[in-house]
Amino acid sequence: MSEPLFTQEEQKKFDAGIAELLTHYPPERKSAAMLPALRLLQSLKGWLPPEGMLLVAAKLSTTVAKCYEVATFYVMYHTQKPGKYVVDVCTNLSCALRGAEGLLHYLEGKMGLKAGTNGEKFFLRETECLASCGTAPCFQINEDHYENLTRAKVDAILEKLS
Amino acid sequence: MSVLAEKVITRDWAKPNQNTLAGYKASGGYAQLKKALTLAPAEITDTVKKSGLRGRGGAGFPTGLKWSFVPSLEKNTKPRYLAINADESEPGTAKDRFILENDPHLMLEGIGIACYALGAHTCYIYARGEFKYPSEVLERAIAEAYADGIFGKTTMGKDFELNVYQVRGAGAYICGEETALLESLEGKKGWPRLKPPFPAVVGLFGCPTVVNNVETIASLPRIFEKGPEWFMNMGLGKSGGTRLVTLSGAVNRPGTYEVAMNTSLRELIYEQEYGQGLPEGRTVKAVIPGGSSAPVLTEAEIDVKLEFDAFKPLQSMAGSGGIMVMDDKTCLVRSLWRIIRFYAEESCGQCTPCREGQPWMTRLLRKIEEGRGEMADLEQLLNVAVSIAPWPPMGLGTTICALGDSGALPVQSFVQKFRKEFEDHITHKRCTFGDKPWGAFGDFT
Repeated sequence: MSEPLFTQEEQKKFDAGIAELLTHYPPERKSAAMLPALRLLQSLKGWLPPEGMLLVAAKLSTTVAKCYEVATFYVMYHTQKPGKYVVDVCTNLSCALRGAEGLLHYLEGKMGLKAGTNGEKFFLRETECLASCGTAPCFQINEDHYENLTRAKVDAILEKLS
Repeated sequence: MSVLAEKVITRDWAKPNQNTLAGYKASGGYAQLKKALTLAPAEITDTVKKSGLRGRGGAGFPTGLKWSFVPSLEKNTKPRYLAINADESEPGTAKDRFILENDPHLMLEGIGIACYALGAHTCYIYARGEFKYPSEVLERAIAEAYADGIFGKTTMGKDFELNVYQVRGAGAYICGEETALLESLEGKKGWPRLKPPFPAVVGLFGCPTVVNNVETIASLPRIFEKGPEWFMNMGLGKSGGTRLVTLSGAVNRPGTYEVAMNTSLRELIYEQEYGQGLPEGRTVKAVIPGGSSAPVLTEAEIDVKLEFDAFKPLQSMAGSGGIMVMDDKTCLVRSLWRIIRFYAEESCGQCTPCREGQPWMTRLLRKIEEGRGEMADLEQLLNVAVSIAPWPPMGLGTTICALGDSGALPVQSFVQKFRKEFEDHITHKRCTFGDKPWGAFGDFT
């Protein structure tokens, strides 16, 4: 038999989380909780494994196809397992005018991979405007936000990542 | 020069613990909701109409008027909803996130006032998925408000049930469009809806719904504290209040600033308390005044005031207040390419002109930027843009929502106003800025 998706602890969090979410919507609109439910699953497993999608569909009284329709539309959901650190670098205009292209190249060099590559440790991606236009350039690492980046700052941030 | 007489939105941000309930109450917080709850809902809407408050998300639509489109309970007995658009993602815009981070209760108090006026017992705050820290601050503030009896079965003791929930997006620019936002709140991919019917009549779950921006709603407590005339008089023309704008790009002091409506773009860029000008020897070449979908302005056009209607003669818009400055050493072909690549990436795929046109324009721009372009490419580029949304004037788009226009307008305005730079790339067969296309601050150091 294959291993169960959730540990007991995770199962509890998943069940309680979904139950709470469903109280936020009209009773006949369970599938409205799709975005937060997928976020919950991803927070527990680091991505959206197929077995988990089945569970979300069942809890929200909808189909797995609907779950994937949503999961693949929004870039923050991972339907493939990402590297340990997802690094999203804004290269939109406000950041580009403050050195974002150089920042991206610097990261590519340090990490030894091309932007868009999902490695074991790093998944380095270009992303769109992260609302740090006045504090550019910026990136996010697993959704933690860093602004006013310089080479020295980037070095210090990456050093802390094991 | 213009002077901001009084801060409205950012007034209390420097006070200690302003982003907690205790701090917010210490600066007089929630007194205006308490007061509003003693008024008739129609009086509240009238006050908002008188204040000249206009939507700060991009369209500048009068807020009180928007509210008045919600049908009366006699005509439509369905529940009504308030949805807050905190999906700030128009490139160049960083203001709503600071309201959530610094003064979340200011918005929550505004939500209470708006919901009571609209008869809405449920409010969803749709926060951008990438906003981890702002969302954490907001979630804590909502919990504080419930624990204090501000929200819940009653509103500050008044027999009016009000539930407020935060829902986080997941990385889709299109969900800032109000009908896509509603689709997303219903748990679907963000595909905009045809209008009419407008959300005020058929919105969330098929019910009457008002969608307002964070900054718009955060203005309400001040309007009730100081009166609608005060708010109106602070503004200019038909626009009440002040504006939060984000200044980015080639200026010495980029940042988010609260400005008077009669401040000009030039003052914002050069004045000491704002942008402090450009580095020695650099001059302004182009300015995008309202997020990257706003048609670009030349240096000769930046005496325009930052009021909504002032941009109309220039065929541009105040938009979301995202102001991006490009200096004389910035490559506008490269800049435009980066803008359009964004709209290509974020097109939801529903309408053909946008789905096919944005990537097409992106490819043509890249071709020209890399020196492989021909003059025919420039005409092709304009043809594609015109097919999505001809400009000027604004508002002639062929797609369900304005995302189509958002790519088509920059293309036409950049090429019409800076045509020589595009032609130079073609005749010289290279980027005329070499390996330094991004201007005064474009190097990563």
